[in-house]
Amino acid sequence: MNAPHLLAVDGLGKSFDGLVANRDISFVIHAAEIVGLIGPNGAGKTTLFNCLAGFHTPTSGRIAFEGRDITGTTPEAAAALGIARTFQIVRVFQSMTALENVMVGAMLRNKRVPEARRKAEAELAFVGLTHRADSPASDLTVSEQKRLEVARALATGPKLILLDEVMAGLNPTEVREASQLVHRIHRRGIASIIVEHVMEGIMPIAHRMLVLDYGAKIADGTPAEIAENPAVIAAYLGE
Amino acid sequence: MTNGHVTDWRKAAGAVALLAGAALLPLLISDPARLNFLVLILMAAQMGVAWNIVGGYAGQVSLGHAVFFGIGAYTSTMLAIGLGLTPWLGWLAGGAVAVLFALAMGWPCFRLKGHYFAMATIAVAEIVQILVTNSEFLEGAVGLYLPMDRSGPAAMVFLSKLPYYYIILGLLVVTVLVAWAIERSHIGYYFRAIKDEPEAARALGVSLTRYKLIALSVSAFLTAMGGSFYAQKEMFIDPGSVLATSISIKIALVAILGGVGTLLGPVLGAAILITIEEYSRTLFGSTGSGTDMIIYAAMIILVAVFSPSGVLGLLSDLRRHLPGGGAKPKKASKSAEIRP
Repeated sequence: MNAPHLLAVDGLGKSFDGLVANRDISFVIHAAEIVGLIGPNGAGKTTLFNCLAGFHTPTSGRIAFEGRDITGTTPEAAAALGIARTFQIVRVFQSMTALENVMVGAMLRNKRVPEARRKAEAELAFVGLTHRADSPASDLTVSEQKRLEVARALATGPKLILLDEVMAGLNPTEVREASQLVHRIHRRGIASIIVEHVMEGIMPIAHRMLVLDYGAKIADGTPAEIAENPAVIAAYLGE
Repeated sequence: MTNGHVTDWRKAAGAVALLAGAALLPLLISDPARLNFLVLILMAAQMGVAWNIVGGYAGQVSLGHAVFFGIGAYTSTMLAIGLGLTPWLGWLAGGAVAVLFALAMGWPCFRLKGHYFAMATIAVAEIVQILVTNSEFLEGAVGLYLPMDRSGPAAMVFLSKLPYYYIILGLLVVTVLVAWAIERSHIGYYFRAIKDEPEAARALGVSLTRYKLIALSVSAFLTAMGGSFYAQKEMFIDPGSVLATSISIKIALVAILGGVGTLLGPVLGAAILITIEEYSRTLFGSTGSGTDMIIYAAMIILVAVFSPSGVLGLLSDLRRHLPGGGAKPKKASKSAEIRP
């Protein structure tokens, strides 16, 4: 047997009071892979993220991270294992500066403030926000706050990062920058799963695409295969 | 970050000057009533700084801190009566009991958020007050007198007010140092993260339960020490004087009035609140236990309407709007707002 997959999801299901948000979803993620997660609104993408990051306990199925069963773990335990995330609606720490926001992430691996500051400065530089380091996070534009969330997540030293619509609302130049950022995350050996509606942002960089519809996985393949897939076309355009 | 050291030095020099001033102040004041007034300010300041650790930095607004104050007062007094234990050790015992109580209380209460947490703390404090009032072991509503036969440093009983002044000043300094150390460590960053965005903090590996319990325990320990000091100073305690709801409100108000989540805001808040209290007492008569509640209510309304970040927030706003002060970079001031 070869080494276990970075992430292995097997038969995952999640329902809220009878409303099924995820049903029987299975897939694997390899180290440093870029995987796009797409689907119409309400397809269950954010619910899946919440299950992977420990924010929801799945109703059924298994989640294994590096061969270890993490089904129903807590968000803080998931973060400690190496699963980081951003939020669809940004949740920066409003009362802190941009640098302090990232320091909170860095403190997961090193509680000493000076070292956390150095790590945070490096991650701010990585996402191109060095010039905003001492600004209150609430003063940043939405696009900057999204990058700040990425820096904060990267500062936790993850092996897998879950990016929830980091390209939404960006102009074409910013979308290109965001795509390059994802590619540079990949080059650091960090896998990413990216929920995205901006196809021109995700299709060129993803190694693989997962497509959800009505809570179930309907396709899993390269961007080119996905674009030709009749089930995907039907889901997006309607029958 | 280069001029950070300069401001650090300036701050340190300011703190030393402030402390020296406070240490020399009693030499200028011989009137015991005036000295007592200063002791009252320092007591309120110490409780406010202690409350601020959980209520300000971590944003978990407690309106039941009288329970920790009372635990400190009752523990050290009972140990002095029953075992003849010196209050210097009684303080620590009171703090330890308060920490145990904080852990037991925080475990269920921290499952509640915001206003519901605040309401739960009120309920816990009320229940304890009723239990103590009806406890024969603790002499119920009659109250407890400290043994009058002992005096001197070992018993922490003095004829003059002066030693009390220096003891409470020392306790305030210790409390401020603890708050300062927390503010600068990763714990302080985690507290602010929990206050701002608890879900995002969890995603970064911060255990909400653990850090909220740390905040409440440290705050409870220091508040209990304030309670023990009160017992030593007054030589008499009863549920009405150390467990009353008005004490809980006063502790929180001192911090909210001065500036929530700021290091020295509560000290400023204490000076303002106690001054108003004393003047109103001479104005309306001393027995009116209703007047202090009216004043608290008025202060809460004034702060909520005009300056949610307290007097310190108001001052920094003024400085920003004054000509010449505008160049100062706007520091994120949201941390200093009351957000129960």
